[in-house]
Amino acid sequence: MAAAGGLPAGLFAVFKPPGVAWERVRGAVETRLLRVTGPRFRRLKMGAGHRLDAKASGVLVLGIGHGNKLLTDMYNCHLTKVYTVGGLFGKATDDFSDTGKLVEKTTFDHITREKLERILAVIQGTNHKALLTYSNIDMKTQEAYELAVKGLIRPAVKSPPIITVIRCLQFTLPEFQLEIHCLHETQQYLRKIVHEIGLELKSSAVCTQVRRIRDGVFTLDDALLRTHWNLQSIQNAIWDCQLKVKAEIEKTLGP
Amino acid sequence: MALWARQVSRWWWCSMKRAHATEFPQKLRSCSNTTWRCHAFYHLALLPSENDFSLWKLQTYRLLSTGSCSQPSSSDDGSLASPESNLPSEVNQKQEKAEMLPDVNAAIPYEDWDDIPPSSALEEISEEEAMQIIAEPLLPLQSSTLRDYVDHSETLAKLVHLGVDLSQVEKRQKAGQLLLTLDFEKDVRKILLFLKDVGVEDNQLGSFLTKNPYILGEDLEALETRVAYLKSKKFDKREIAQMVSRAPYLLLFSVERLDNRLGFFKNELGLSVRKTKDLVIRFPRLLTGKLEPVKENIQICQIELGFQRSEIQHIMFKTPKTLTASKKRLRQTFDYLHNVMGIPHDMLTRFPQVFNSKLLRIRERHLFLKFLGRAQYDPAQPSYISLDQLVSLPDEVFCTEIAKASIQDFEKFLKTL
Repeated sequence: MAAAGGLPAGLFAVFKPPGVAWERVRGAVETRLLRVTGPRFRRLKMGAGHRLDAKASGVLVLGIGHGNKLLTDMYNCHLTKVYTVGGLFGKATDDFSDTGKLVEKTTFDHITREKLERILAVIQGTNHKALLTYSNIDMKTQEAYELAVKGLIRPAVKSPPIITVIRCLQFTLPEFQLEIHCLHETQQYLRKIVHEIGLELKSSAVCTQVRRIRDGVFTLDDALLRTHWNLQSIQNAIWDCQLKVKAEIEKTLGP
Repeated sequence: MALWARQVSRWWWCSMKRAHATEFPQKLRSCSNTTWRCHAFYHLALLPSENDFSLWKLQTYRLLSTGSCSQPSSSDDGSLASPESNLPSEVNQKQEKAEMLPDVNAAIPYEDWDDIPPSSALEEISEEEAMQIIAEPLLPLQSSTLRDYVDHSETLAKLVHLGVDLSQVEKRQKAGQLLLTLDFEKDVRKILLFLKDVGVEDNQLGSFLTKNPYILGEDLEALETRVAYLKSKKFDKREIAQMVSRAPYLLLFSVERLDNRLGFFKNELGLSVRKTKDLVIRFPRLLTGKLEPVKENIQICQIELGFQRSEIQHIMFKTPKTLTASKKRLRQTFDYLHNVMGIPHDMLTRFPQVFNSKLLRIRERHLFLKFLGRAQYDPAQPSYISLDQLVSLPDEVFCTEIAKASIQDFEKFLKTL
């Protein structure tokens, strides 16, 4: 869809590479678009969805023009985000990632996959309780039971970070990879989770990679790589995601 | 100050002429020119007086005084004498452009004044006559853009025709002021012809002047001396043309400064005369930029990165952009290349263009090759991948030739980073 002056307007997702700040990514996309549309426009109003810090990578939702209003609606939908988090046993650092200052080194031979999965189940259970508290649904109703069965309970207000699903994808000592579905989180919180898992397993762990593979309705397939940050691809991406976004907003916030 | 004064005076006389032409004879009073001018002067004196207006009023005084000399009238000497005596000090202090007065006086055809005596500006006129008088808006006395003066200045109009981007020029310090004071026929034309003689192409003149408008204010002999100096150092005409086009500030530097800089590069890098010349021709901005960052970069290469002196010479000669690259980028790129990819110093010396490429690109391609198991940078081993192919090839060619994979695989891999 084209707004006034030929600029695209709407929501689309880009892939943020690790090692750059999200503001630079947004600035780079703006510059590329402005170069095409000419010197008529000095600035593009481009908003970003949920942020990603410099070390993390993955799906970053951007909005142009009146897509920025949809960004607020998407925020109020409280959809989950899915991350792949990579971890390494045996080290602990001050900022929970592998580039921080080393604090201690431990052994990890005693860790097995079953122990890890037991810990993950505990985490999921505690977070589920928090989810129920913040979702503003009366637990004693039939409707609540049905939603819980389907797994559709979501918080209605801003809450502390909640993990809805956490499971282990790969486990080869000392490395492991988790998939985490969460809400209202920050990437540093996820790194802290990795560190705490290490502590629970009587060892230590650092987080090597945080990658967002899904943000609401935008998946990794919809995300545009740096080579595709041009007008045509962005317009196509906006057009493709338009229906999904509209459906999701209507479903959650009501017509 | 003189610039707007001249403009304003020109406007004033133009409007007077037009007003004169549209007057109907029956409305005119029979009074002399000087009376009319005198009344006009008082009318103008009623305008709010600011500091800027003082000089403008001075111009009018001066004009009136010369006019009154040519056509004396007894009744008016007294009225004119008193304002003149009030401000003789101001007239003496301010500098006047002498050529303005003969211009102005020559423009009035004196025979017209005798035929139709003009009316006073304070006289009432009918509505049709009011509409007939064309009053141009007053030129602003101070302005931050050149846009207000473009229509009135021949210099600016001709420069715009050449392709100079005035919006860029006015952002520079004092460049707009300089352009307005210059006269096209006398100053600018000579310098433009000189530039063409040096070898700057016609279509490049516009962008050249946008980047360096100060050259229009330079002295022509000085410019010619500098070009002669370059020729004496055995730069031929084509090379000088190339250097001047690519580094527009070059000709603003004096001969001693150019000499110092050439000597500096020769000593620091230890290059022969011929090699220094070659370097400077390829990258003339070395001569116009600052020298401290260059010195610091060389120090970094020697001390922090651990290159030998001969290796530094070789790298700087082949890719002079490393001399002016940012230090952080230089360090980061070297750190990744040497420590993470494991490339030794001599390989880096052989392919210095890797220092110019983006770190992100090197990283992505290296990780892809590592993922495929093809990250082999040692020429002694089989399936060796050269560094310049790693950085310089476009994505499609890189994927098919070097990595032997499809570009979709590369993109999928990038999304897993």
